[in-house]
Amino acid sequence: MNAPTAATTATKTISFTEAYSRALHDAMEMDPRVIMLGEDIADEEGGGVFKVTKGLSTKFGSRVRTTPISEQAIVGAAVGAALAGLRPVAEIMLMNFITVPMDQIVNHAAKLRFMSGGQTHVPITIRTRTGAGAGTAGQHSDMLEAWFAHVAGMKVVIPSSPADAYGLLLGCIFDEDPCLFIEDAMTRTQTGPEPEKGRIIPLGQANVAREGTDVTVIGYGRPLRDTLVIAEKLAAEGISVEVLDLRTVSPLDTDSILKSVAKTQRAVVVHEAPRSFGAGAEVAARIQEHLYSELKAPVLRVASRDVTVPFAKVLEQEYLYKPSAIEASIRQTLNGKGRR
Amino acid sequence: MTSKQDFSPATLLAVYTLALRIHLVDERFRGLLRSGRLAAVYYSPRGQEILAAAMGVHLNARDYLVTTYRGIHDQLAKGIPLRSLFAEYYGKATGACKGKGGAMHITHPASGVMVTTGVVGSGLPIANGLAWASQLKGEDRVTLCCFGDGASNIGAFHEALNLAALWKLPVIFLCQNNGYGECTPYGKATASARISDRAAAYGPNMRGVTVDGNDPEAMWTASAAAVARARSGEGPTLLEAKTFRFMGHYFGDPGAYIPKAEYDAALAKDPMPATRAAVLASGVSEAELEDLKKQIEADIDDALQFALDSPVPDLDEINRDIYADPTGAPA
Repeated sequence: MNAPTAATTATKTISFTEAYSRALHDAMEMDPRVIMLGEDIADEEGGGVFKVTKGLSTKFGSRVRTTPISEQAIVGAAVGAALAGLRPVAEIMLMNFITVPMDQIVNHAAKLRFMSGGQTHVPITIRTRTGAGAGTAGQHSDMLEAWFAHVAGMKVVIPSSPADAYGLLLGCIFDEDPCLFIEDAMTRTQTGPEPEKGRIIPLGQANVAREGTDVTVIGYGRPLRDTLVIAEKLAAEGISVEVLDLRTVSPLDTDSILKSVAKTQRAVVVHEAPRSFGAGAEVAARIQEHLYSELKAPVLRVASRDVTVPFAKVLEQEYLYKPSAIEASIRQTLNGKGRR
Repeated sequence: MTSKQDFSPATLLAVYTLALRIHLVDERFRGLLRSGRLAAVYYSPRGQEILAAAMGVHLNARDYLVTTYRGIHDQLAKGIPLRSLFAEYYGKATGACKGKGGAMHITHPASGVMVTTGVVGSGLPIANGLAWASQLKGEDRVTLCCFGDGASNIGAFHEALNLAALWKLPVIFLCQNNGYGECTPYGKATASARISDRAAAYGPNMRGVTVDGNDPEAMWTASAAAVARARSGEGPTLLEAKTFRFMGHYFGDPGAYIPKAEYDAALAKDPMPATRAAVLASGVSEAELEDLKKQIEADIDDALQFALDSPVPDLDEINRDIYADPTGAPA
């Protein structure tokens, strides 16, 4: 590989969609065991409805296969091929459709390593896409990551930058465990610095996206991008926000969370999924279990509402977490300074 | 391959030998459960021994098996070692799955037993994946997927058969039609007269065959064709083997839902004594069969003793095999 110079790395940007696409291409080039299946993913069918797999079937032939609209068959075939030593990447077009192959994911992909006493394992990657804001309403917008984080054996990844998207998708494909890789529909055209070719980001490790000293905001995916903007704004007021990008929802990097919150003594947890029983509750619980006596304010959560994603624009926006709530929560946490 | 052979006396004996092994292991497990010397959920394959054995003689350890909780006959036909099997039923550290899978989740890749699932019908899509991998790698492995008639009514059955036919996968869907899905009779759960009739819905790549699974020659011949077809890349087969389940759904099931006349008629056609008689008629002596039985019983004694003598899993096993990297285990 010809490594780009530092200067070109810094100036070139790519979109999330380019990052996903590039990761899939590079993974297939790096390892002949990587195969791909999903609805419409081959070039004859348009290279996927979101064009992420465009060009792959032309270059890699029968390793990339369009499937019928059969989610159980897709994930089941991925599980079986993984058991036989391949590294399948299955696309479930939209996250709500993942309710259909839940048996294959929860009962089989996640558990076969444990139930077989380590004799078999299922290194599959399931790529899926979701997110509210585009008016796709109740059955095309749900963030369901907490369901999968609740099952032992699954790894759940949501990137917040194109470079991370590239490195984490490679991380999923070359990980030995079943991974769910969640792509945010609303950020797909957003851009960021281009990743280094072939650089794998290991799973289970959070990233300090911004260093700070007054409060830690912990999250992943789209709200993290909002948080970075807010953190810049607050910096002008002298408020120093540390932003911790979990990258991997499960397994959760507890050490990094505790390290950051031990420093700032205040925490706000953000995610797009509904608030109740979400990943934020788990993060908040772990913080209080370990750092209760050191906290200067209660851990706050910012999330979307506990309702079905509505269609009408005004209602959809009312459903979604609000960047203004992230800012308000940071300020509220700081107002608690000194009070116990 | 054996497919071009005739069903010779030697083949009949090979099938019977494997069936007897299944029969005696099942008998031992039921005895252990009845006497309280084993505590496990158990789904007896009693009555389905011949069909598994007649398929099993065509397969080798490289071929894959996906089966269900009522799968002990399939696992034995595939060659799983008795010690691994018994120790797993006893939840011991030496079991096939270190005591972490148990009776309903037996895995033993060394003998090709890749998945045993407790979820009805979910093995079929996974079998496709194993077969797809063989196809992509250019290997001549066959994937055998066993399930009951009840499983043929879940959505995954249809999705899997459609995909297998589309991709012409080297897979055999062996429906062991024992007339009951749990406690509900076939006719109350399945609208089509024969499961194999459904093969027609998946086009010319899917072959559908119904066979008397209790007839060793018929089952052996049908299995040979399905295996040859898969190995040569001609595509999948939906092979329906008609049989009967003498011990009900689960161990201890009184089976009150089975009409007595139906049960008695099935028992009159019990394949084990019938096949034994055929073996004797082919020229094997009673003494030889007694020796065979003694030898298998000795293997079972050894496996049982091994299981009893083995240690229970170390408590730290609960932290292992969650993820590849043990440090990734949840806090």
